[in-house]
Amino acid sequence: MSKEKLILINQLCTHYQVEMSLFSELNEYGIIEILTIEDSYFIHEDKISIVEKVVRMQKDLRINLEGVDTVLNLLDKIDDLQTQLNTVQNRLRLYED
Amino acid sequence: MAFIDYYKILGIEKKATQADIKKAYRKLARKYHPDLNPNDKNAEKKFKEINEANEVLSDAENRKKYDKYGEDWKHADEFDKAQQQNQQSRKGSQGQSSRNFSESEYSDFFESMFGGGTTRGGSVKFKGQDFHAELHLDLKDVYETHKRTLTVNGKNIRLTIPAGVINGQIIRIKGHGGEGLNGGPKGDLILEFSIANHTNFKRDKDNLYATADIDIFKALLGGEITIDTFTGKVKLEVKPETQSGTKVKLKGKGFPVYKKDGEFGDLYITYNVVLPTKLSEKEKELFNELAKLRSK
Repeated sequence: MSKEKLILINQLCTHYQVEMSLFSELNEYGIIEILTIEDSYFIHEDKISIVEKVVRMQKDLRINLEGVDTVLNLLDKIDDLQTQLNTVQNRLRLYED
Repeated sequence: MAFIDYYKILGIEKKATQADIKKAYRKLARKYHPDLNPNDKNAEKKFKEINEANEVLSDAENRKKYDKYGEDWKHADEFDKAQQQNQQSRKGSQGQSSRNFSESEYSDFFESMFGGGTTRGGSVKFKGQDFHAELHLDLKDVYETHKRTLTVNGKNIRLTIPAGVINGQIIRIKGHGGEGLNGGPKGDLILEFSIANHTNFKRDKDNLYATADIDIFKALLGGEITIDTFTGKVKLEVKPETQSGTKVKLKGKGFPVYKKDGEFGDLYITYNVVLPTKLSEKEKELFNELAKLRSK
């Protein structure tokens, strides 16, 4: 994993005005993976959108982390179902056209 | 500019208390929050409306102004002047402001009454709004990788469309969405492909399907036919005694596999045996003879 794609968690804490403990908890829930390089903590940039979602859900909807984790799992399921639905709809066109 | 009934949006009465407003807002926010309704433009619109309603009604001063001048908002400036004369400073709303869409997306009504979003927003930086767009292409367009220029919000974006894109497929183009909130990074452009098929081929992912008519003599005795593939005509050997509905696979003559250069799906041809019509007397005689031979 290249280092330039890693984001320092301290920077994210300042950016989103959240505590480091949020990242530790997200790590415990398996929502993100914290990487330690030379005593500094990082997450991969691909996880930024998830972190933002979590922050928004907490701030906008006051959902606790257990709730956020449940919502993220359900959203993943919806995403899978949407992909399946798309495949089925495309296959159905074989018979409709 | 139409009047917006913020009470109606939140489903509350005019005499609603702050607690009622908060409760109604939270309930609707949980229902329509964009993070809980990805790719749902209606939910996004609804969420913006309830946010706007909340920001007006949850702030006592804004609510007072709205209640007094709401339907006749053009007089709001006069209200402001009167307020200034009374040396009352307008407080900013401290409502829920950590949304992921740009401030300019408030309604014209809101902007005219409460002034361009200056009263909103905390200091938290957030990624900008993701823009959603649908790109309509023809099946022939996506047979080969090609470049295309899109205009999104007045800006031209040059994109490479990989061969083999599937109808309904969504791709995310980083940094081409709305401006970030409080200096946050730009959102993404989420592009959904809508692919129309005007060809005689049916497509299932990388495989193509087509039917080929063959006459009764080729079906019985075998022979060569010419069929259309997506890229041109090819010759095909029909085996003797081929039944109608027989399916043959032409390996690698299907559609390109998405993001796998040089890889192609297969083309499936289903034979349709066409029986002759308007038989001549001689033909009828010969078919009768054949029938007699078969019944022996």
